[in-house]
Amino acid sequence: MKNDSKERSPEKKKQGVSRRAFLRGAGMTTAGTVALASGMLSFKPAEPAPAKTALMGPGETEVSLTVNGQQRTLWIEPRTTLADALREHLHLTGTKVVCDRGSCSACTVWVDGTPVNSCMTLAVDVDGREVTTVEGLAKDGELHPVQEAFIEHDASMCGFCTPGMVMSCAGLLERNPNPSLDDVKLATSGNLCRCGTYPKVFDATLAAAKKMK
Amino acid sequence: MANPNKKKIVLPVAPDTEAHGPVKHLYSKKVKLPYGVPGHNLTEMEREVSIDEPPALPINEKLNVLGKRTKRVDAIYKVTGAAKYTADIQLPGMLFGKFLRSPHPHAIIKSLDVSAARRYPGVRAVHVLLMEPGGSVERDSGHDAPAETYNMDQLPRLRYVGQPIAAVAAESQYIANEAVKLIKVEYETKPFVLELDKARKKGAPIVFEEVIEDGGNEGDVGVKAADEQKGNLRGPTTGSFLGGPRGDVEKGFAEADFVLEKEYRTQVQTHCCLETHGVVADWQPDLLTVYASTQNTAGVRDDLAELFGLPKSKVRVITEYMGGGFGSKFGAGHFGVMATMLSKKAGRPVKLMLDREEEHLSAGNRPNSHQMLKMGFRNDGKITAIDLTSYGTAGVGLGAGVGRVAQDMYECPNFRTAQYDVFTHAGPGAAFRAPGNVQGVFALEQMIDEAAERLGMDPVKYRDLIDKHEVRKIQRMKGAEAFGWKYKKPGSDPGPIKRGFGMAQGHWTRFINLNSSATVRINKDGSVAIMSSVQDIGTGTKTILAQVVAEELGLMAEDITVKIGDTLYPDGPGSGGSVTAGSITPAVRNAAYKAKMELLGQVAGAWDVELSDLDMKNGEVFSKTDSSKKMSFGEATKKMRTNQVMATASRPDDYGGFEIGNGIGYGRLGSVQFAEVLVDTETGFIKVERVVAAHSCGRPLNPLQVESQINGGVIMGIGYALYEDRILDLNTGYQVNANLEQYKLPYSKEIPQIETVLIEHYGAFSSTDASGIGEPANIPTAGAIANAVYNAIGVRLYELPLTPQKVLAALGVS
Ligand code: FES
Ligand code: FES
Repeated sequence: MKNDSKERSPEKKKQGVSRRAFLRGAGMTTAGTVALASGMLSFKPAEPAPAKTALMGPGETEVSLTVNGQQRTLWIEPRTTLADALREHLHLTGTKVVCDRGSCSACTVWVDGTPVNSCMTLAVDVDGREVTTVEGLAKDGELHPVQEAFIEHDASMCGFCTPGMVMSCAGLLERNPNPSLDDVKLATSGNLCRCGTYPKVFDATLAAAKKMK
Repeated sequence: MANPNKKKIVLPVAPDTEAHGPVKHLYSKKVKLPYGVPGHNLTEMEREVSIDEPPALPINEKLNVLGKRTKRVDAIYKVTGAAKYTADIQLPGMLFGKFLRSPHPHAIIKSLDVSAARRYPGVRAVHVLLMEPGGSVERDSGHDAPAETYNMDQLPRLRYVGQPIAAVAAESQYIANEAVKLIKVEYETKPFVLELDKARKKGAPIVFEEVIEDGGNEGDVGVKAADEQKGNLRGPTTGSFLGGPRGDVEKGFAEADFVLEKEYRTQVQTHCCLETHGVVADWQPDLLTVYASTQNTAGVRDDLAELFGLPKSKVRVITEYMGGGFGSKFGAGHFGVMATMLSKKAGRPVKLMLDREEEHLSAGNRPNSHQMLKMGFRNDGKITAIDLTSYGTAGVGLGAGVGRVAQDMYECPNFRTAQYDVFTHAGPGAAFRAPGNVQGVFALEQMIDEAAERLGMDPVKYRDLIDKHEVRKIQRMKGAEAFGWKYKKPGSDPGPIKRGFGMAQGHWTRFINLNSSATVRINKDGSVAIMSSVQDIGTGTKTILAQVVAEELGLMAEDITVKIGDTLYPDGPGSGGSVTAGSITPAVRNAAYKAKMELLGQVAGAWDVELSDLDMKNGEVFSKTDSSKKMSFGEATKKMRTNQVMATASRPDDYGGFEIGNGIGYGRLGSVQFAEVLVDTETGFIKVERVVAAHSCGRPLNPLQVESQINGGVIMGIGYALYEDRILDLNTGYQVNANLEQYKLPYSKEIPQIETVLIEHYGAFSSTDASGIGEPANIPTAGAIANAVYNAIGVRLYELPLTPQKVLAALGVS
């Protein structure tokens, strides 16, 4: 498995199929879709990726996107994920990479307002689009109510899952200002927290929803 | 040379009694400290302590900051993404490392050629390990012209899939990942054994032909001197630091009215820290700086200093934030040594973080167990004998014992245990949140429930009869009350979905690490800082330290700057064995007290009053006799003669001494948990609906964080009980679920309602009287769930995890 044919890319070698190639076909994936019961990943594509007619790569290609309200232009290899573009190229390390394959949602950011797993999204596919990361959630020095509530309710322990949790929970409140406990559970159902902050994440999100009213 | 994979200071299981006696003091004083449980049996205990000790703290109710629900001081950095973890460190000129790992569970490397990897554009260094597993010791240092090829006599035998062989450092992670595949290796594969039962059999492939000298202390009980290694079997260990066998087990069984004898099995569990193991190493001629995701900065520094022949003063290890360890992150590790080696060779910083798959394969796990438990009972409930034999495998590691609960939780005059480690061709085990005891409770607590049923007694009442632990008695009472405990006849629900109630309990020794020091610095501008190498692994250490100092200085927690996780500061304890709170908080309080006295002395001079007349509270410094003499803390510090006052203190001996040697304190940290489950007898699915967790951790310093810790322990226990299982492919030795989607973990939908019951318990042990909670919170959960499942369906399950398949098999449904 590990030392097979040389002509394949490292990604192909590791998983038998090319994940990145698959990504491109699947477009973006919505965060929070890992079902424990089935162990299956379900992919819910967001908007279809903008059609790129020209062949890209293997060299660097230009991508411009809005990150936390700022216009950014990057020269990156086409295989670069959005997570890597944010972390390695823009030094926005708040977004965490934990599984690098869509099973933990630690890397959740918003693309045009929708939470996505940035490790499962190619940076070239968000060309021209608007990305919000955990660093951009606070507005004018004011924390987002979900961030406030996370602090108040002790919803972060080691904190490594926290940026993803915050983005999933804040994303929920953007689309549903009046969530039930089950709604919160559903919105965070793809977010892994090994420290076990879940009960406090639920409390915090429900409290934030109340406050936002 | 030390083995860098050896986890250090996990548990002070071998107290160093000879080396240090109790510390003597020139002057001592008597202090009266709160003792017992408020609302139950609170009294005072007089202790003779050093004259330098601060005054006794009253119970929490009478304090301003300690014992209050206090916001985590670094939460703001976590929720905004500003917190920088090792994985986030980016240094100028930093290279990226990648390991080549063994694809075979057992093989000899016939030849190895790194030349193509070395030539690959962007590669800056290549390093090959020339020592046995884990012993990634610098052997080809000084090779000015490093070898391109290696012959088989130089290279270690490969004993598990994922064993590190070599690594490269390159300009990008992509390049490193590609280059490492260009290392040409010719393997000669050998027969291997993965299963616990098979490895014990005659004729099984032998994992280590040679006797392993390394004690290995990853687990808890079950490691024995090297001379007791036969085949793949090591041991048995027949006792622990709490003593050896006692009484006469055969006589005990003869005196029993009935004897229960059962076998229990538990699985291998992997830690799944969200931040993988790894470091960024920056080798400079005058200082080696290593950013490490570790539970023990000082331990990593010690390992690297020793392995690279550096003075400790020239190694700096930093852990500002770390994304979870749960016992697995001690010592420099093969990655720490490798990154340092690559940085030294390349002359540039090297980041080497394991990927998720490597994390599962090589970064530790909770060993499995096969336990044969036999207990004798009298009809009045008394336990007459306990006999426990266990086998477990930590792969190529050691420490697969099942702990001390059978030895120590219930009164029984006759006790015997034999705990064996079994070597297999799998990744090494590591300490994992209450090593041993979690496995042990799964067996013991099920058998106690079986006995209760035999005796026609309620499981809670039966434990009241046989368990002499005072605090646990209160936990049972309060927990049962919160849970609304009522005994229900097993399997009595009509219909396919059955509800069950169960409980279990555990205990954990009070470990203290005396090598726990801190500095408190008060600056002229009124700012205050705490400095120690102790790290916050997500438990909230930073916050409780801030609270301790704030309480002493009459400030608020947010007024205190906490600079920890850096070995430039005084050495703090490693965070394992639930030692941190009990070890470092007294040191911090004592340092704060010293600094406070120094400051007050200077203020007393300026005001021309007696030092004993001054105190601090609510942000003010004031005279106790003259109400006109009062100023804010910030004004008072302006009176200081120097720019700062600073004091350093270390953890003193427990007030009243230790139970065993240095570091094992009197009293056990008890815990009792109650679980309510639903079992679908048609699908076999188990759902945990509700857990009530009753705990104590001495003086709770921050109940808000204690709750979080308990939630975490319970949730991890649910994963262990129902979902988690490392599955190895028996044909290849490869872990088939070395990821986070097939290695099943509890996510939001699996989280029950959790209620915590916190019992304040004063033992008059130190100037803070605090203890840890991380491990106790994880111990009873799986046992409680197993008992609840039995209560629901009326059939007992003896093997973890409790999967639908096993439920259906037990019910005879196919
Ligand atoms: S889902 Fe992206 S890192 Fe796990
Ligand atoms: S807080 Fe540590 S993983 Fe969630």
